[in-house]
Amino acid sequence: MSILETRNLMKSFGGIRATDDLTLAVEEGELHAIIGPNGAGKTTLITQLCGTQMPDAGQVLFKGRDITGLAPHKRARLGITRSFQITSLIADMTVLENIALAVQARAGSSFRFFRAASSVEAIQSRAMELLARVGLAEKAGMVTAALSHGEHRHMEIAIALASEAELMLLDEPMAGLGPEESARMVELLRGLKGKHTIVLIEHDMDAVFALADRISVLVYGHIIATGLPAEIRANKEVEAAYLGEEA
Amino acid sequence: MSPRTLATLVAMALLAVLPPVFYYTGNAFWLDLATRLTILAIAATSLNLILGYGGLVSFGHAAYVGLGAYAVGIPAYHWLYGGLEHLGLATTSGLVQIPLAMATCALFALVTGAICLRTRGVYFIMITMAFAQMVYYAIVSIEEYGGDDGLVIDTRSELPGLNLDDPIQLFGLAYVSLVAAMLIVRMITRSRFGMVLRGAKGNAERVQMMGLNTYAYRLTAYVISGAMAGYAGALLGNFTTFISPEMMDWTRSGELMFMVILGGGGTTGGPMLGAAAFIILEELLSHFTIYWHLPFGLLLIAVVLFTRGGLMGFFRGRK
Repeated sequence: MSILETRNLMKSFGGIRATDDLTLAVEEGELHAIIGPNGAGKTTLITQLCGTQMPDAGQVLFKGRDITGLAPHKRARLGITRSFQITSLIADMTVLENIALAVQARAGSSFRFFRAASSVEAIQSRAMELLARVGLAEKAGMVTAALSHGEHRHMEIAIALASEAELMLLDEPMAGLGPEESARMVELLRGLKGKHTIVLIEHDMDAVFALADRISVLVYGHIIATGLPAEIRANKEVEAAYLGEEA
Repeated sequence: MSPRTLATLVAMALLAVLPPVFYYTGNAFWLDLATRLTILAIAATSLNLILGYGGLVSFGHAAYVGLGAYAVGIPAYHWLYGGLEHLGLATTSGLVQIPLAMATCALFALVTGAICLRTRGVYFIMITMAFAQMVYYAIVSIEEYGGDDGLVIDTRSELPGLNLDDPIQLFGLAYVSLVAAMLIVRMITRSRFGMVLRGAKGNAERVQMMGLNTYAYRLTAYVISGAMAGYAGALLGNFTTFISPEMMDWTRSGELMFMVILGGGGTTGGPMLGAAAFIILEELLSHFTIYWHLPFGLLLIAVVLFTRGGLMGFFRGRK
């Protein structure tokens, strides 16, 4: 059964069709990569899946339920989380506070005014555990803004993990990473496969072909092909889209 | 102990000791100044909850102070001249007036906040200011309560065991209230609720994607802040014993904002330091020249430009 589906999704900005009749089905448990040239509408698709932008037409379904009009925080509660292409963390809070907030969001109501958040043992230890998992335990007390880009990308993953979401939408987790950091990220994502359904948007083709169960190719807001990595590699249409038809 | 905590404690100790010393050595004026400073520090501390920690630049906070003061003045007026007895609102009892001030402000914050918080940035600033001006003109138009001539509070709030006509007792109440306000804001901002509020200031979209409804948290903080400012207003009414719409003017809101920014938003002691610096400077400079606004303004600009995080920026720990 598809955990996530879009049906004939449409989204325009001015005269530009960023999403054009996009229909996609993501199966439960798979790592589904979405690739495509720059400006193909990959991030626009993610924003519609997580609810920060509404499509002009079409539907988004999560586990068969229509969530097209649902607010982002409600989708998050259903079990959808995203990481951001441009690192999106809370820069003036510490690394631990960022992760602890994400853990706290899943641990009952946050309308608690009395006890200091830093003294809630269950939340703090879970946050530390997640930081250790992405290799950032020693940085826990540092202000987020002081960390490197690569470390920020790993924090994004820790936050996604904290949500315990069934569906993780990862928007270019490898963007701007050096070869070593990329390799570490690939290992981290490999460890998540099977435990979460992952929609991975990525430019790093080595990573995509190493990780993906299935790949969809997005061109001008439309899916032109979906299939196993080997099928996509052999697809002439995909090759044309990437290399340019005149080439 | 961090330098900031130390600075806050020293300032609070001075504020506790100096004004009574002045008073008993025949300088009653300085106690008056300290009482006004302390009450405005409560209002600034309440604003800090949403401005400093929540990143919500509310430009209408003086409206809550004014509403709080009128919640003392109007029952006192009816107690003297009749009317509203059936509502139990013709009274000089502080046990009615102060809860009334806080409830009125909480309600006003809930209704206006529900609308304001749907906007962002400059629109939020403008709409909070617009709501405050609405209250200003509403009070101006009510002839019975003096309109823009204001209203004299003939009898101060009566509280069990306290006589607010005694300047020392009034100051004592204001001081204890300030300590309580600072501790409450500190507790709230360190709680799980506070983490969401502060997170939403840093990156609202991220916090929403974690599954938290930032709107509800901000609105709750907005209501708490409004009620606290209303309490400060009730004290201010008791202090001045004369209230007028002028105390809700947008320039008054600006002064409160300035106290927070001057002292250091997002810190426990910042608004108190800011209020103290603001009131004392205003007083000292006005002794030198009637054109004191000019050096005052320049000084404020210098502090904002050259200290990161206001006066509290001087007490930054090593990091």
